[in-house]
Amino acid sequence: MLPLVLDAISFRAGGKAIIDRVSVEISTGPRTVILGPNGAGKSVLMRLCHGLFEPTSGTIVWQGSNGGHRRQAMVFQRPVMLRRSALANVIYGMRLAGITSRERELRARDVLEAVGLLHLSGRPARMLSGGEQQRVALARAWALNPEVLFLDEPTANLDPGASRDIENIIAQIHASGTKIIMTTHNLGQARRLADEILFLHQGRLVERAAVEPFFRQPESAEAASFIRDEIP
Amino acid sequence: MNEISQAFGVAGAMILGFDSKLIEIVLLSVSVSLVAVVIASIIGLPLGAAMAVGRFPGRQALIVVLNALMGLPPVVVGLVVYLLLSRAGPLGQYGILFTPSAMVVAQTILIVPIVAALSRQVIEDAWQEYREQLRSLGAGSVTSALTLLWDARFSLVTIVLAGFGRAAAEVGAVMIVGGNIDGVTRVMTTAIALETSKGDLPLALGLGMVLLALILMLNAAAFWVKEAAQRRFG
Amino acid sequence: MKYKYLIKNVIFILILLTTGAQAQTRFITVASTTSTEQSGMFKHLLPIFQKKTGIEVRVVALGTGQALDMARRGDADVVFVHTKAAEEKFIAEGYGVKRLPVMYNDFVLVGPKSDPAKIAGGKDILEALRKVKGATAPFVSRGDRSGTHMAELALWKSSGIEIEKEKGPWYRDTGQGMGPALNSASSMNGYILTDRATWISFKNRGDLAILVEGDQRLFNQYGVILVNPGKHQHVKKDLGQAFIDWVVSSDGQQAIAAYKIGGEQLFFPNANDKGA
Repeated sequence: MLPLVLDAISFRAGGKAIIDRVSVEISTGPRTVILGPNGAGKSVLMRLCHGLFEPTSGTIVWQGSNGGHRRQAMVFQRPVMLRRSALANVIYGMRLAGITSRERELRARDVLEAVGLLHLSGRPARMLSGGEQQRVALARAWALNPEVLFLDEPTANLDPGASRDIENIIAQIHASGTKIIMTTHNLGQARRLADEILFLHQGRLVERAAVEPFFRQPESAEAASFIRDEIP
Repeated sequence: MNEISQAFGVAGAMILGFDSKLIEIVLLSVSVSLVAVVIASIIGLPLGAAMAVGRFPGRQALIVVLNALMGLPPVVVGLVVYLLLSRAGPLGQYGILFTPSAMVVAQTILIVPIVAALSRQVIEDAWQEYREQLRSLGAGSVTSALTLLWDARFSLVTIVLAGFGRAAAEVGAVMIVGGNIDGVTRVMTTAIALETSKGDLPLALGLGMVLLALILMLNAAAFWVKEAAQRRFG
Repeated sequence: MKYKYLIKNVIFILILLTTGAQAQTRFITVASTTSTEQSGMFKHLLPIFQKKTGIEVRVVALGTGQALDMARRGDADVVFVHTKAAEEKFIAEGYGVKRLPVMYNDFVLVGPKSDPAKIAGGKDILEALRKVKGATAPFVSRGDRSGTHMAELALWKSSGIEIEKEKGPWYRDTGQGMGPALNSASSMNGYILTDRATWISFKNRGDLAILVEGDQRLFNQYGVILVNPGKHQHVKKDLGQAFIDWVVSSDGQQAIAAYKIGGEQLFFPNANDKGA
């Protein structure tokens, strides 16, 4: 599926260019974090890559073809749980992917154990805490064995303890071979999780760099002032 | 005031004495409205889900029309169905006028807009919450609609119960297409109308109280369902 | 998905339950009037017929005009009403086979005991009506093209009053059946023409009482007609004819005479009176 090539992507809405002529090639390997101030267009860019939005102009191409059929998954800022058990939520995603019944059950238990929630698998998912629900969301995505996992501000609504749990799981998922593409506005988190940074400012891709060089010596003025002003 | 206390006495005697006429009338009322609400749900729930999830030309107009049809006057529905089912009408050859089947038809027509419009509202609200995640997981429109129908099941049960209540409480439609025939198409509401017109007000009030009790139990059931669901599934 | 299979079965069963049950019984549909049904006559008469022949009689009770219209549309097998002129027109139009007289009951003029028009105890209905109009006392009319309504209009005409032109606010045209109209009269203390049978079983009398009765002109003749199978092939002519034959037979006529409320006979069989 990878590399993912964005060619002069624009997304206009309400007369404004929310994403403005972004071109980038994202390849396997490094954990990519999209950073930027609020309103920079990070969430929109994620949704364009994942296929939830259509660009107003420009092209998005997965390795040669269009779409990379369902070997990508996304976790959102707010976990969306169906009115069923945690286990059933994880199984639901797999059923849509066409995985067989026996396989679904086994894999669901495996991933729930990996995120530390096997003991809660029978609990109604909506009764779990915010952090637990987000872990279920991650498990659900992981169970699909995706090549690419998109995460849109996955810990924005969680306390530091729960956030750390999520970060650990993301690291595990990466270690198992999945490409991570994530947004955050939390500098500390970016530093912890990223291998490379894509810095977005007012819809334009302003800077791209490996994580340490980016934070030590940002090339663009916008990035510099962002790093200076943001609460880590 | 004296009439009302008389009515309590009559109602009590009927219920406690398991008056066979009363039981026959109540059973008919319940079964006609029950069959109607089942058929109406089979039609209305998928329709509501389709309207909530789908995007097709005329969707907005359809939503407006269905919302308006919730207020269909039962007596108008009765008239139209009567004209359709009369021997002189297009569907006369089935001979179902003045039978419970005709009453089921009329009440189904009454309830479908209610089930469809209300379920559309419920499912559209759920759709707002679930849409991106479901699409991310690869669910198409049909799968999404079915998933939402199941997920919203407790709210939908409440809607179905509301539809049943509306059917059980109406008199205009079943009077015209059923003919209020003693022992065949006489239901609670038409019986009340008849007794009132005969001037037997205590009996009419008594029947009315039985009907009210039925409706009350229904609403209590709806409330209990929602409560239990909230507690267990969040 | 298993659901589709389940749903199909449920619909099938439901349709079977509601329609299948009716296919079995032998029954006819009789269009009659609300006053006849509310008098309780059918509740008394029809079980006797059903016991004898096994035929269930389903009565749809409307006003005379509606009943005849229903039969014109073919929604009834037999008509059983009490307005000779309308019935003969019905047959002349080809919708009915033949009219047979069955029974008669009578109308009474009912009004408040205070009797502002001073008609109580009178034997002349036409004179009574003139007095009611003269006193502009409240008078409730059914206004629904029923047999009772037609009779009322005919009486006004016979008394020399063109009621359509000469009515005032005292004349309340309600468009209701006999029971509801009596309720209205009771609540406004008005005069009203009603059939005796409905009056006797009417429980909400308030201050009303019978003021004028016994005038020959108040007699109300019932006729029974088979709906013409020539016009509507589905009409159950054999079962319908069986009902008609029974009702004019000595058995049926005796059953009619046997119906009493509070010891009083309401309907007087006269199938023998060919001119009725």
